[in-house]
Amino acid sequence: MPAVSKGDGMRGLAVFISDIRNCKSKEAEIKRINKELANIRSKFKGDKALDGYSKKKYVCKLLFIFLLGHDIDFGHMEAVNLLSSNKYTEKQIGYLFISVLVNSNSELIRLINNAIKNDLASRNPTFMCLALHCIANVGSREMAEAFAGEIPRILVAGDTMDSVKQSAALCLLRLYKTSPDLVHMGEWTSRVVHLLNDQHMGVVTAAISLITCLSQKNPEEFKTCISLAVSRLSRIVSSASTDLQDYTYYFVPAPWLSVKLLRLLQCYPPPEDGAVKGRLVECLETILNKAQEPPKSKKVQHSNAKNAILFEAISLIIHYDSEPNLLVRACNQLGQFLQHRETNLRYLALESMCTLASSEFSHEAVKTHIETVINALKTERDVSVRQRAADLLYAMCDRSNAKQIVAEMLSYLETADYSIREEIVLKVAILAEKYAVDYSWYVDTILNLIRIAGDYVSEEVWYRVIQIVINRDDVQGYAAKTVFEALQAPACHENMVKVGGYILGEFGNLIAGDPRSSPLVQFNLLHSKFHLCSVPTRALLLSAYIKFINLFPETKSTIQEVLRSDSQIRNSDVELQQRAVEYLKLSSIASTDVLATVLEEMPPFPERESSILAKLKKKKGPGAVSVSELEDGKKEAGSEINGGGGAESAAAASNASTPSPSADLLGLRSGAAGIGSATGAGSLLVDVFSESGTAATASSGTDENFLRDLDLPTESSDSLLVDSALASDSTPSSALGSEDPAPALPESDELLHKFVCKNNGVLFENHLLQIGIKSEYRQNLGRMYLFFGNKTSMQFIGFSTTVTCPGELQSQLNIQTKPVEPLVEGGAQVQQVLNIECLSDFTEAPLLNIRFRYGGTLQNITLKLPITINKFFQPTEMASQDFFQRWKQLSQPQQEAQKIFKATHPMDSEVLKGKLLGLGTALLENVDPNPENFVCAGVIQTKALQVGCLLRLEPNAQAQMYRLTLRSSKESVSKRLCELVAEQF
Amino acid sequence: MIGGLFIYNHKGEVLISRVYRDDIGRNAVDAFRVNVIHARQQVRSPVTNIARTSFFHVKRSNIWLAAVTKQNVNAAMVFEFLYKMCDVMTAYFGKISEENIKNNFVLIYELLDEILDFGYPQNSETGALKTFITQQGIKSQLQTKEEQSQITSQVTGQIGWRREGIKYRRNELFLDVLESVNLLMSPQGQVLSAHVSGRVVMKSYLSGMPECKFGMNDKIVIDKQGKGTADETGKSDLGGSSGKQSIAIDDCTFHQCVRLSKFDSERSISFIPPDGEFELMRYRTTKDIILPFRVIPLVREVGRTKLEVKVVIKSNFKPSLLAQKIEVRIPTPLNTSGVQVICMKGKAKYKASENAIVWKIKRMAGMKESQISAEIELLPTNDKKKWARPPISMNFEVPFAPSGLKVRYLKVFEPKLNYSDHDVIKWVRYIGRSGIYETRC
Repeated sequence: MPAVSKGDGMRGLAVFISDIRNCKSKEAEIKRINKELANIRSKFKGDKALDGYSKKKYVCKLLFIFLLGHDIDFGHMEAVNLLSSNKYTEKQIGYLFISVLVNSNSELIRLINNAIKNDLASRNPTFMCLALHCIANVGSREMAEAFAGEIPRILVAGDTMDSVKQSAALCLLRLYKTSPDLVHMGEWTSRVVHLLNDQHMGVVTAAISLITCLSQKNPEEFKTCISLAVSRLSRIVSSASTDLQDYTYYFVPAPWLSVKLLRLLQCYPPPEDGAVKGRLVECLETILNKAQEPPKSKKVQHSNAKNAILFEAISLIIHYDSEPNLLVRACNQLGQFLQHRETNLRYLALESMCTLASSEFSHEAVKTHIETVINALKTERDVSVRQRAADLLYAMCDRSNAKQIVAEMLSYLETADYSIREEIVLKVAILAEKYAVDYSWYVDTILNLIRIAGDYVSEEVWYRVIQIVINRDDVQGYAAKTVFEALQAPACHENMVKVGGYILGEFGNLIAGDPRSSPLVQFNLLHSKFHLCSVPTRALLLSAYIKFINLFPETKSTIQEVLRSDSQIRNSDVELQQRAVEYLKLSSIASTDVLATVLEEMPPFPERESSILAKLKKKKGPGAVSVSELEDGKKEAGSEINGGGGAESAAAASNASTPSPSADLLGLRSGAAGIGSATGAGSLLVDVFSESGTAATASSGTDENFLRDLDLPTESSDSLLVDSALASDSTPSSALGSEDPAPALPESDELLHKFVCKNNGVLFENHLLQIGIKSEYRQNLGRMYLFFGNKTSMQFIGFSTTVTCPGELQSQLNIQTKPVEPLVEGGAQVQQVLNIECLSDFTEAPLLNIRFRYGGTLQNITLKLPITINKFFQPTEMASQDFFQRWKQLSQPQQEAQKIFKATHPMDSEVLKGKLLGLGTALLENVDPNPENFVCAGVIQTKALQVGCLLRLEPNAQAQMYRLTLRSSKESVSKRLCELVAEQF
Repeated sequence: MIGGLFIYNHKGEVLISRVYRDDIGRNAVDAFRVNVIHARQQVRSPVTNIARTSFFHVKRSNIWLAAVTKQNVNAAMVFEFLYKMCDVMTAYFGKISEENIKNNFVLIYELLDEILDFGYPQNSETGALKTFITQQGIKSQLQTKEEQSQITSQVTGQIGWRREGIKYRRNELFLDVLESVNLLMSPQGQVLSAHVSGRVVMKSYLSGMPECKFGMNDKIVIDKQGKGTADETGKSDLGGSSGKQSIAIDDCTFHQCVRLSKFDSERSISFIPPDGEFELMRYRTTKDIILPFRVIPLVREVGRTKLEVKVVIKSNFKPSLLAQKIEVRIPTPLNTSGVQVICMKGKAKYKASENAIVWKIKRMAGMKESQISAEIELLPTNDKKKWARPPISMNFEVPFAPSGLKVRYLKVFEPKLNYSDHDVIKWVRYIGRSGIYETRC
């Protein structure tokens, strides 16, 4: 093939280029180019036809000018003319110009396509290659439309030259990538697959790229390639280094082809055919064996090629995850690389090991390298390798080595690179939580973490400590003691102050016995940090102070003094000022009982996925640690904290390695937990609001903030939420998201009970939707406002709600409503009003079905509406005598319902009173001879009749039991009320 | 305040680098080269901001002068200084070229030390500078103490621009009124914008410390005088104001020797001139401009491949005057493939490198007209956008002031020496040049 630069090189072009190079300024260059352009224009315009050589020369000059950054708006025609030339150089320049300059919407495209077609049809292989390269270089949709049908034919035709086949395969790949819908393999599929058997290695290499890309889209059609690929691979692997002359690279036979074959195999599960599988395993073993052989050359290219195959083989082994023997061998091989002097090898080894660690077969094998990895973390010079080492430590951690790994990571943290500190902090926090056998160790670890790297400890981490401390009675004392000691350090991080403030505020009483940590000492210690903290921390500390007043009445005057000082009560920050004012008032006005109620110890947090884990996931994205591994971690974390025991976590661990079925199971669980947490928090909030009155709003505000932060629904748990609601049903039709309303959520009974004693609150919340309720009742009529809040940024389409009364409820309850707007914008809230009329007494609850489309998927949620019989209570005040008289009147056995049950909440008389009042009845004071007992009376108003009700609740503080007696004129009412009320205490 | 001053050649190599303040680092030199001289697209703005550092540059032929500062300086002051610097250099060694700068680099550093102090511009009067910065190094030995103290007292004194004891056998002065006229005209002959920026340059060879007074036909002065005389003589003035005798000056600036207080109060321009050449004043007018030439374009597109252009120019001044160096530049479309030109007078040529037809006429008398016609062949392109039709521009030189400015008098008084106003030989010359003189077509 004649080269352009030789002999007949265009002198005019060379002169022009050297002229431009010699230009002293930009202006001179522009002048020279303008002159040349004018010259070319006059030449092209000229009447006499130009010969091929000058045409080529001028087109070349235009191309050069274009590449210098000037606009070219002519010469296309001449370039197209060049395409039809028979000389290679002229054709080549023509194609070059067209690939660079012709845009797709040019009118010339038809002419160009025609020229390309002619070249494709010619028998000249160089011309065919030029045309194919041009198609691939332009790669536009128009090109694909014109030639997508033609190229596969060339690719599989028997008489096509090998070099053309190579170009055709790569050209087709390019077209497939730009417009996959236009490339239909159809009948060609099997013949393309058979290219793997081609004699020519180049053709195989080119074809395999195409097949890999195609099989990712439709694996089924190309399934036959597995056996061919395996046999090809085994031929290469078993060949001696001299067999494949041209394709041997530094003594490694066809390394690129091998890597591509191994990659192709990673698109498929392990081959089912035993023979094929056996052959493949043999190949992989051979590759692993070869790694052990002494190198045939000292050149770096040799080892690079060899290792490339090895790593690809290892990732295939990991992908299959079914050959324990191979996995362990791979792990050992990687272990050798861990100490290799090549940094790249160490990095790759650590990275592959991370994925190996998640396999059940090789987990133990990976663990044997713990010392090396820890050493790498400490001594490695390259930060990216250290990062991988940290990842691997995280991945290989389990209960047996958790303490060691966490300790190592903590010690590394002190010297760690700033860029990876936050991640390591999160990892330490997660590992400590996940594998904590002993919670004092956990608390120690986290406090240490805050001490060492306070700046990198995100909010989630310290929220989590507090959650765990509050939920675990046994560590509270220890935690209080530890934070107290930690706070005594002269300089401690703000996060430490936050944790300290919260824990001492809650559990300071547990260590108050010790004179070294008497209440006043505790307070002074906290207050000494106060002035150094930011506003949110100060706010938290103020809440801790008011809790101190409750815990230790003796500190009241000191704390009031602090609250009263100008720096608090006149603080320029509104939040702090409000807290100071309200806490001061609360402490001076409220009685001890009220204080005790308002400032009660925080209730245990509902269990859910650790928020830290979600944070790590968000940070890493689809990173080195595989998702299944994280799921596994989550599961373990959950069961661990629940005290679920070892058996369950073991089951989870074994589940996690087989990916698909267990994921559903996990999703279900975490989803359920998510709901529980959301509603739990909501109800708690409203409780505080309705009970403690205005003085406490600030304190509830803190709790609210705190809770809101904690309750941020984590992405993974919630995305599974709706699915879990669907999947929990046994009938398959609704699981498919059909038009039938989904059955009520399993939790909805529970939700119902939350609303027995109150009228307002959050009924339901997931990551998409929040449903709030506000309701009011008078006599037998009620009105309920439902607020549907769209929490996403996308709109809900086809939003509809239906309220149904199942069974006989239809005749008992009359509910009227108007349909809501079918479109809910992102972040918007829609309101729906229900008018309720109670016709006669009832036991069931009406169902609310919500349906909408979010991002194309139908969401279908069914909830029970919290309308219960007690909502129609009219309180009746009566004197002691009247009460007993009526009580006796209703003495028939069927009129009475009685229940003896264990307390589920702490027995606090104020709380009980609040709940009974919330029930709708009148609380009668001084009626019962025993002041501990509560007596209530009310009339249930229905349209048909009125039912008088009397209630007596006898708490037994020693046994933590209640006896609840209800008498009413109707048997069903007594029973239903008894059930409802019993759930509340 | 100017932080530093650099001089580059066209390749961006630094010829002179003088840093006055610590806030300008060495990398500033490279920053300007990379971002301005070697910039991908042409940098039009004379002020460039790079990393909170401002670069002010002027270009003289192939030489770049750049002043650098990190502070918020008065940009006009910086440019005034740069121009002054150019003037000083020209006065010392002639044309500013790479070779001259390389040959005189010691002198330039000496000058830079003198005229900028810690970034604040100092005395940049060439005459004064030449007394103590000389190109012959040994001369200072010959200078007596007396002479040295004289220089000191002059430079630090009230009249820093002129030394005492200048003596000429023949007292002579030259006044040049140099104007450049700018115009943008529509194809129909409507003036879209026009202004004249002019300078009065004086070359004085006068003995002693002469007091000069310069008078011109400034409208305010004439009107004031007219009023004053109207009271006394009445009618005689009416006839005088009918012609174009006074001009309205929009704004003007003076050399530092002019007593501004006197100008403010009486609008009279009085001064003690520096010795040699200096720019007495600069001014601008926008009203009643005499446009020396009128360009009438006629462009006709014949199909997609041909363009016919006819341009007529008419001279619009007294027939006795001769305009010189006339050049008309007719832009051609970017897809021009061939041009045929026919012109009656002068020479016309298609210059492909500039995408224009250039028509040159050596001289042309007033009240004449001449025309050129050209046929332009075009190459059809697949580019849809139309040719933007840039305006036709013109260059010329005429021997009168297009603003209408006239020198009425320049009186010289030297009370101490024995020559009077009448003994001074005075020369006045008017030159009007084209600035941006364009007509749309």
